[in-house]
Amino acid sequence: MTGDGFVRDPLQARALDMAAAADRSGGRLTLDREPFLTQVSLRLDPSLASRSPFPLPLEPNTVTEDGSHEVLWLGPDEWLVLGEPHTGAQIVEALERALAGEHRSVIDVSANRVAVELGGTGRIAVLATGCGLDLHPRSWRGGMCAQTLFAKTHVILQERLNATRMLVRPSFADYLVDRLLVGL
Amino acid sequence: MAVGIPCAFCGVRPFTEFTFGGEWRELDAPDAESDFQRVYLPENAEGAQRERWFHVMGCRTWSTVVRDTRTNEVG
Ligand SMILES: [Zn+2]
Repeated sequence: MTGDGFVRDPLQARALDMAAAADRSGGRLTLDREPFLTQVSLRLDPSLASRSPFPLPLEPNTVTEDGSHEVLWLGPDEWLVLGEPHTGAQIVEALERALAGEHRSVIDVSANRVAVELGGTGRIAVLATGCGLDLHPRSWRGGMCAQTLFAKTHVILQERLNATRMLVRPSFADYLVDRLLVGL
Repeated sequence: MAVGIPCAFCGVRPFTEFTFGGEWRELDAPDAESDFQRVYLPENAEGAQRERWFHVMGCRTWSTVVRDTRTNEVG
């Protein structure tokens, strides 16, 4: 594991922009960084899902929670386990122990994506400026996730309680913030 | 409205999330002659055509879709 001194949040320099945008929106929207969110990729035959120490959602594009972890369905044999910063080693170890001997892949991919949390009632309208998903509440609700495009970048969307989490590649993080500010 | 492609897992999504995998075809052929046909001689139908689409920006699975090549209607 990399020492903390070497870890840098790609969106650190955008914190003021994000706060200013939230101010401008008059409370309709908040934009928050979630630096160093732990992300662990799990590939596993879904018939072994019950062996996982974290409950794995089997319904496509949904999320399960167990208090300190959230697990996103990314594909029929692929999940993303999210946890508190710097808990990657524990999550990997728990999965490896539970799945020992099985055909699986468990990798800490925390540096693979940057998390941005959109809050406020205006967030869905902003999302809809760049996203082709049907974001009407009849089809997009809390507890759902989706991999899709936001403008020109691939994103993982996770709908949480009164907030939407967006996960993007670090090299697209600046672009994502710029594009969100345009949609504001 | 962008063309919507039905993914077996995710439901209908914009085609921009997919890559086109060509006409549906058998995975194998019994002899060289029909294998050549299978690989190099697509039907290129005018009308309903069975196609493969890969949900590359989504769940990364393949779906088989019938698309009308004249209207882009998917059904
Ligand atoms: Zn899909």
